[in-house]
Amino acid sequence: MGNDFLLVLVVITALGFDFTNGFHDTGNAMATSIATKALPPRVAVAMSGALNLVGAFLSLSVAAAIASGLVNTGKVTLTVVFAGLAGGIIWNLLTWLFGIPSSSSHALIGGVVGATFAAAGSDGVIWHGLLSKVIIPAAISPIIAGIIATLGTYYIYRLTRGVPDGARTRGFRVGQIGSAAMVSLAHGTNDAQKTMGIITLALIAHGTLPAGHQAPFWVILCCALAISLGTYSGGWRVIRTLGKGLVEIEAPQGMAAESASAAVILLSSHFGYSLSTTHVATGSILGTGVGRRGATVRWGVAGRMATAWLFTLPVAALVGAGAYGIDHGIGGTGGDIVVLVLLLAVIGAIVVRSRRTPISHDNVNAEWDGDAAPAVEAPAPVAA
Amino acid sequence: MSSWIDLHALWRIVLVGVIAGAGLPAVFAIGLRALAIGTTEGQGEAKLGSNPVGVAAAGVCFAVVLAGIAWGVYMIVDGT
Repeated sequence: MGNDFLLVLVVITALGFDFTNGFHDTGNAMATSIATKALPPRVAVAMSGALNLVGAFLSLSVAAAIASGLVNTGKVTLTVVFAGLAGGIIWNLLTWLFGIPSSSSHALIGGVVGATFAAAGSDGVIWHGLLSKVIIPAAISPIIAGIIATLGTYYIYRLTRGVPDGARTRGFRVGQIGSAAMVSLAHGTNDAQKTMGIITLALIAHGTLPAGHQAPFWVILCCALAISLGTYSGGWRVIRTLGKGLVEIEAPQGMAAESASAAVILLSSHFGYSLSTTHVATGSILGTGVGRRGATVRWGVAGRMATAWLFTLPVAALVGAGAYGIDHGIGGTGGDIVVLVLLLAVIGAIVVRSRRTPISHDNVNAEWDGDAAPAVEAPAPVAA
Repeated sequence: MSSWIDLHALWRIVLVGVIAGAGLPAVFAIGLRALAIGTTEGQGEAKLGSNPVGVAAAGVCFAVVLAGIAWGVYMIVDGT
């Protein structure tokens, strides 16, 4: 029998990570619909949250597979999972603070790999798996999504030449809402499963579940709720960068981007090719800027994002390794509590810092002035 | 090479991805174009759907798009 206190802590931390995963990724589905005013901001996040909830229940073939093939699962203890989750959460919040869309899966994988490395050394990490299943797909998937979105955008504009502007915008807003709904659904299915897998892994490590067991229903329910609430809370900072910062988007482009994202995400999970929803969505939005003649594409913003992506795995890994080092160094329940207090302190500091330049549904669509945070006219902070 | 890059999965994702991710929006665009037959640039949308052939063609296009969405949902439920 393992440590009951630590198990409870891991489950709660995992659900906390799931929440950050939701609000970090709302923009992947809804940023373009909010930017083109196809949907009012709050309706958009509510719809995306509801569809994430549905999506989390749609596919129940939950494997505890997030870490398999990347780390030697025999070396994974509850402490490793806890430290890894801490790394993932901190990276997600930091990138959210700067309004940078970055992959929640990479943050989680980075945290767990770092903690495993600290616990078991180089033997604990399957480097080939990490490169072929995580790093290479991360470089390829935004390019594929970008090409598909470029093609879609190009043909959409060609084919609707001569359609009155008002009618075209209205038509594509409908199409955009439909395609964004598909992305939300696919996100709920893909990403909620990762946390379900982590909690199942923890239950197995603790001995509550036999090895190879499926996720129990309460795990599926809690994860679905956590990701859905996170999505609903709206990561407005990230939404703003994706919807306004990267490309100035019109409704037809929004539909092209979301269709490309939905197709690539669904197909790759169908063919067992793991990739990050965030990388795909960003690639699609960039592609749709390339596909429309005269569209503004801010390559500087794209470059800043790509830089953040390069740092996601190593920084989350460092935090995960550090958290493991502290926890293991102090040892026992005392170590767990120290890491928990440190984690809460960092979360608190980031949230406080974010209040200085609040971004909410009120100013998410303000003119882009080179920074995620609108310089002036910041309204009263709303619960983020 | 293929131990690093899963080419087998990749080319299918690209091929079907172009058909579904770019093709379906294009079909949607054709539907919209068909619906607008008889209108000219600058008109409002009051005249949309004034041509029965256009409306029928648009119906077919939108049905194709809906079928594509249904297929996507089926892929999720089917257990990927």
